[in-house]
Amino acid sequence: MPTGWWLKKKTYSLFMLRELTCIFVGGYALLLLILASQLGDEKGFGDILTSPLLIGLQIIALPMVLYHTVTWLNLTPKVLVLWRGEERVNPLLIAGVHYLAWVVVSIVILWVVALHR
Amino acid sequence: MAANEASQPEATISLEVFRYRPEQEDEPTFQRYEVPYREDWVVLDALNHIKDQIDGTLTYRWSCRMGVCGSCGMMVNGEPKLTCAAFLRDYYPQEIRIEPLNYFPVVRDLVINMDDFLDKLTEVQAWLVPEEEKPVSEGEYLQTPAELAQYKQFSMCINCMLCYSACPVYGQNPDFIGPAAIALAQRYNLDSRDGAADKRAEVIFSHEGIWECTFVGDCTRVCPKNVDPAGAIQQAKVTATSDWYRSVLVPWGK
Amino acid sequence: MELISHDILIVGGGGAGLRAAIAIGEENPALSVGVISKVYPMRSHTVSAEGGAAAVIKPSDSLENHIYDTISGADWMADQDAVELFVNEAPNEMIQLEHWGCPWSREPDGSVAVRPFGGMKIERTWFAADKTGFHMLHALFQTALKYNNVTRYDEWFATKLLVHEGTCQGVSALELRTGQIRAIGGKATILCTGGAGRIFPFTTNAAVKTGDGMSLAYRAGVPLKDMEFVQYHPTGLPGTGILITEASRGEGGILINKAGDRYLQNYELGEPLDVNHPEHPRKRAMELGPRDRLSQAFVQERKKGQTMEGPYGDFVHLDVRHMGQKKIDKKIPFVRELCRNYVGIDPVHELIPVRPVVHYVMGGVHTNNDGETPLPGLFAAGECACVSINGANRLGSNSLTELLVFGARAARAAVRFSTQTGSLATTEIIAQADQEQQRIRNQFFQPASGSETIAQLRVELTQSMESGAGIYRTENSLQATCNKIRELKERFQKVELADHSLTFNTELTTALELEYMLDVAEALAHSAVARTESRGSHQRTDHPDRDDERFLKHSLAYQTGGDPRIEYLDVVITRWPPGERHYGSK
Repeated sequence: MPTGWWLKKKTYSLFMLRELTCIFVGGYALLLLILASQLGDEKGFGDILTSPLLIGLQIIALPMVLYHTVTWLNLTPKVLVLWRGEERVNPLLIAGVHYLAWVVVSIVILWVVALHR
Repeated sequence: MAANEASQPEATISLEVFRYRPEQEDEPTFQRYEVPYREDWVVLDALNHIKDQIDGTLTYRWSCRMGVCGSCGMMVNGEPKLTCAAFLRDYYPQEIRIEPLNYFPVVRDLVINMDDFLDKLTEVQAWLVPEEEKPVSEGEYLQTPAELAQYKQFSMCINCMLCYSACPVYGQNPDFIGPAAIALAQRYNLDSRDGAADKRAEVIFSHEGIWECTFVGDCTRVCPKNVDPAGAIQQAKVTATSDWYRSVLVPWGK
Repeated sequence: MELISHDILIVGGGGAGLRAAIAIGEENPALSVGVISKVYPMRSHTVSAEGGAAAVIKPSDSLENHIYDTISGADWMADQDAVELFVNEAPNEMIQLEHWGCPWSREPDGSVAVRPFGGMKIERTWFAADKTGFHMLHALFQTALKYNNVTRYDEWFATKLLVHEGTCQGVSALELRTGQIRAIGGKATILCTGGAGRIFPFTTNAAVKTGDGMSLAYRAGVPLKDMEFVQYHPTGLPGTGILITEASRGEGGILINKAGDRYLQNYELGEPLDVNHPEHPRKRAMELGPRDRLSQAFVQERKKGQTMEGPYGDFVHLDVRHMGQKKIDKKIPFVRELCRNYVGIDPVHELIPVRPVVHYVMGGVHTNNDGETPLPGLFAAGECACVSINGANRLGSNSLTELLVFGARAARAAVRFSTQTGSLATTEIIAQADQEQQRIRNQFFQPASGSETIAQLRVELTQSMESGAGIYRTENSLQATCNKIRELKERFQKVELADHSLTFNTELTTALELEYMLDVAEALAHSAVARTESRGSHQRTDHPDRDDERFLKHSLAYQTGGDPRIEYLDVVITRWPPGERHYGSK
């Protein structure tokens, strides 16, 4: 297989992109942890996060994390197979419930953040 | 297709076909053929036309022409397809490139060597090992429609190997047991009559088995029978993981 | 050349061949078995069967019912002792296959479900959705993987039976991958090579159905029995011939002509019930009549101008719309898929165009009830054999069961024979295989004067078979076909192959298959000329009546240097004296 095998087919390229997003998800979480541990004060934390460099990073990271999330949520019905008698529970329902949970958790986090302002 | 003069074809379509004759050449070549274009012809009809009327040396496998025997898998414009189910009208007027299935050694022209797959079927023990022995005189094992539904999808595999040709992991590592073989192992694991899931686990819950899969998912996309081998593998991963946790947290249980 | 040898050889890896191999693996694992198949076993034509396999299982049913249905369905050409043992052994064979994993469709309580089928008084057709043959074949193939004593020769093409001093001692086979012809010795050889639908132009049959084993036996002096009886399945797709299973009628589908009428009521098949009537479809009536009568009705309708014309000939309509999407997706999902893919219609909303297409050959290699042929050491089972349980017309869903019952019986008989036989005449059979290699090289790889193409000869053969030996035949039409076959056999000598290579030469195998097809066609056409009566699927417009006095006998076609010699063998009648076939009554 040539090293550029994943460039040959659209589905392969999208797969590689999905795998690549893990770097951004993990990397951003690590970054926040480091920043949070290094800086005791909120102001310093906020200054660094709103610096041009980090804004740039976050502009790249956000779509990556979104793509990661969407592909992950879409795959949940493949792993979570539920049966009602002879019929499978609709895969859309399973993915849908996960999407709903995502939205709910996001709202909760935003609310917590807003509370702190 | 039976020979008939019902539609007079004036239109033609080009097929660019992979040729490899090991006795004549070291490297494969491509050969272009013009065949009549007919609305209801499939790629297989075009190949048969070439072999019957133009070039008797073109070699490929086929049999049922209705998508159930699994013989006629080939790469059509870079996508693994059953040529008996790939209609010319979906490509016309562009030319169609036909190649042997990816990631298998080529025997000749469009014929690949599938020994590896057959070995793997035996390796994963793709047959029923009843949990409880029951003599024929006592009748059938009872299995409710709901129990049948658990594994039915995975039993629909026609062994066409399009999934292997779509799997980049198999392309890089031929030791990977692969989508169809794992799906068939799961077919038996989930069969309520079967009792050999542990035996099969030793083979498929392994480095060359499910853990080699990175869930590209192309196997499911190309499967002509909606077997969903990717789903089978991911479900097996869940089973393997929960089995492991159970064995660690509850070592005295089964 | 070295000799490969086994205790038992099986030629053909379909349902019958695999059942035979498993039987030996289960009961005599010390014996070595070689399974020689020109395609990988899961590609065998068993895979295309859809509707189901019959065996008595309901308490309201009885073995007597199944026997009577089969014998009357066969228009009394079936050997009744064979039918009795077939029906008796069927249920156990089917349960055995279930134990080997076959995913039969089930009743809510978990027991095996059955559906109504043509010509059967009580429902007894086991099914796995509408891909029964597929599931049976894969269950058998996967089960056969278990046995270490079974060696498979996948993509080895049998070219000749090796006979020495009056016993069959193996086959010569072309290994496709290398192009070498090898002698494969066996103390017993079982032919399980299937039928020969490909000698007709419109057929449900796959490419592999070219009558190989029938011709191999024929050339070795074994007679082909009842070859004139060819079954047209009433509902194949026009053009491709793809099978639309009888199960679609078993589940309530109806046949309608150009005027929208359920025309079968005009052909002594009873009165039609409304599709919503609780008893529809009524057994042994209307759309669940026997296949020969339904196919004949189509031809009559065509004569009356009541069929519709299409690019691939005339057709009628199969209507399953009243079944509703849910029932269609549950019971005949494959039919829906096939219609959408190959005709571009959705049977949930639209009518399916169908017409009779050749489906099954009742005739075949003459065997007794144990699959033994007159040639010691040679056995046969499945569609390539004729025991006969199917007589002049086969009932749908009997043949899948036949594979199991007679595959196992032939295997046991082969085991008995092989354990009593001495060693093989190794030198002699290797010499014969060497000669085979020479014959093929000389015949196909030398430049030929004049050029005939395989495709041209094949087209002419199929067209002649359809016009001369179709659903209705006459002396003249059959003679014309006999003459045509003679001519084609001569012209075949002038076939030169473009492909001279050794590696996977499918042009060569296609040529060899055409040769087999010509033999089978010859036996068929001549047997049909000789049978001056009408019975079951053999209909002579010049002899329209059944003639039990002269013809309650099987035909036996023997190969000679010229036209085949036809002899006759009495049909075995035990408890069911010949009667009229009655369908449609309440």
